Amino acid sequence: MKDIEYNEAGQFCSGHNACAGCAEALSMRVILNAVGKNTVGVVVPSCVAIIVGAHPRSSAKIPFIHGLLESAAAMASGVKRGLVSQGKDDTTVLCLAGDGGTYDIGLQALSSAAERNEDILYVCFDNEGYMNTGGQTSSSTPLAASTGSSPLGKTTRKKNLVEILAAHRIPYIATASPSHLSDLSEKVTKAKAIRGMKVIIVVIPCLPGWGIADDAAVKVSRLAVESGVFPLIEVEDGLRYSINSADKTKPIDEYLDLQKRYRHISDSERVELQQDVDDSWDRLVARTKM
Amino acid sequence: MNAPIRNENLQLLNGNHAVAWGVRLASPDVAPLYPITPQTPILEKLIDFKSADLLGTEILTPESEHSAMAAAVAASATGARVFSATSSQGLLLMHELLHYAAGSRLPIVLFNVNRTPAAPWGFWPDQIDSLSQRDTGWVQLYSETPQESLDTVIQAFRIAEASELPVMVNHDAFYVSHAVEPVSVPDQGAVELYLPKVDRSMWLDTDIGRAIGAPIGQDGWNRTRREMDAAMQTIVGLTKDAGKAWGEMSGRPYAPLELYRCDDAEVVFVTMGSMAGTAREAVDRLRESGVAAGLVKVRLFRPMPMADLHAALADIPCALVLDRNYSPGVGGVLHQELMAGFYGAENAPRIFGFLTGVGGTNVPVEMLEKLAVDYRQAKQNNNPIWVE
Ligand SMILES: Cc1ncc(C[n+]2csc(CCOP(=O)(O)OP(=O)(O)O)c2C)c(N)n1
Ligand code: SF4
Ligand SMILES: [Mg+2]
Repeated sequence: MKDIEYNEAGQFCSGHNACAGCAEALSMRVILNAVGKNTVGVVVPSCVAIIVGAHPRSSAKIPFIHGLLESAAAMASGVKRGLVSQGKDDTTVLCLAGDGGTYDIGLQALSSAAERNEDILYVCFDNEGYMNTGGQTSSSTPLAASTGSSPLGKTTRKKNLVEILAAHRIPYIATASPSHLSDLSEKVTKAKAIRGMKVIIVVIPCLPGWGIADDAAVKVSRLAVESGVFPLIEVEDGLRYSINSADKTKPIDEYLDLQKRYRHISDSERVELQQDVDDSWDRLVARTKM
Repeated sequence: MNAPIRNENLQLLNGNHAVAWGVRLASPDVAPLYPITPQTPILEKLIDFKSADLLGTEILTPESEHSAMAAAVAASATGARVFSATSSQGLLLMHELLHYAAGSRLPIVLFNVNRTPAAPWGFWPDQIDSLSQRDTGWVQLYSETPQESLDTVIQAFRIAEASELPVMVNHDAFYVSHAVEPVSVPDQGAVELYLPKVDRSMWLDTDIGRAIGAPIGQDGWNRTRREMDAAMQTIVGLTKDAGKAWGEMSGRPYAPLELYRCDDAEVVFVTMGSMAGTAREAVDRLRESGVAAGLVKVRLFRPMPMADLHAALADIPCALVLDRNYSPGVGGVLHQELMAGFYGAENAPRIFGFLTGVGGTNVPVEMLEKLAVDYRQAKQNNNPIWVE
């Protein structure tokens, strides 16, 4: 057992509507407590909107505006400007969206907010598909994974959002995982203190979407980190890359075998996937030395 | 209608710059803006004011009108006074947000320059862009002149903030947006008295932790629409109050309808926007030639001031509706609204609907004179009539 270092300030209530065992709720608890009370939230349609809750209840102690799917970053910008115009410069604006709302339909607004370097903290819960609508492919769905709209396995790679954001030269980008909650908490605390656009992408193994056991979410996310599929990194000013997790220590097999979405892959596809992960890791390591 | 000349700050302004002046005087907290012809001069003038330190507004220039209205919605939800401006494609791109803004009861003021939507591409005055947004829950006002646009945009904030409904003010592309006329610019202090900052109940208050727009059950959703309906019922009165108070302040009073030479008229034109100028001229000429003509200018289109229209047309046998818009498969939108509003009414006038100037085609005064002469005694015909 490892202690998780984060400050429990009661900012997230029990009784939320996540699937039992979902690591997104766990991540939310850490994020809301790390970001603190003086925060206004923006959330767009996705699992996290369901977790925040339906009227008249809310699982969060901070106020939220439930925005439109493609407008997360634009709405967060509007909240920030509205607060600033009324002298509330010190209030943090926390924007929560899924991968569909971030990599796909909301990418235009996200890019615009990043280019303007809006002072917002944007968290993407990346469960690698449109889960709220029952599990379809998004541009974050990885190669070979099957979804409701790619039953034979996706034929193209996951979009590299970190590199897209890095090209915008925003002050802070990080990836995080519910398997490393202290790291997540630290990253939120660090991001909150930075002025300008901050984006944290949190990997969320989706129980029905990835086809994993109810108690396996944290384990699968840990394997995603340890196999190098989802490395924990930080990018400062779009230039300085660093890897925060231990080295890539495991082959992808155990990670794949816990998920039904990879059940159909052939041995040769498995080899290709491993090769792809190895190549990406090498490129990442090279970036950290630049 | 003109204000007393003394102490007057008269400036030569086009319609869009008049709007920018009105916005400057209303001093919104936040204004997200995106360029589109023929709205762009509003954006540019506001940014000029801002650059010269004459405007305190937070101006945001995101990548699209969709994001501009999204930011407007979110800023308004923090309690800020918010303005945006657009036209045609931009308004249509905002469509999803228009519903959201009204559903959340956010008193945003949006200025729209009426322009033909693609396809085919065109840049011409036509009101179908805003009329096709009539079911989104926005109050809609139409302006005829640069002066009226300046005056109306300020009144719009008052109506919006009193009703907690968003208000869209429209004027026609080029005919109004780019037409230059002497415009009386009111005094900043007078506008501040006319439009005091309201402390709007803060939805996004970090001390309360309430959620806005969260999913709701059927009964709750239904209730939001009943509440919007109740708010819509107040708009005619609020528009009258805003126009009357404006008149007391500036010497230029306004009402939901403007009636011109309607007394004893045997035939009246009913129209909106710049077409009213042409119709007014036609009325004068018709009167000179012995035809008792009049004009009803509809300034407030949504909600339609139906009781006032009934009163205005009570003794008038014939109404000629001039629509600079075309709803395919139906006809002119204003014509349809009048037909519906007078259905079953006793002593209703014969109502004719003319598609005049659709796509920005020229509508000469003579064309309207001829319509009055040809139709003042014609038998009722419900079909829209294309006029060339
Ligand atoms: C404009 C628009 N199109 C479609 C939808 C339907 N929709 C709601 S949530 C969702 C999926 C979002 O996926 P993601 O952002 O990955 O979040 P997740 O549900 O996976 O957490 C979709 C497509 C919508 N709300 N708005
Ligand atoms: S669908 Fe997946 S991501 Fe969404 S709450 Fe359930 S387990 Fe979590
Ligand atoms: Mg998703």
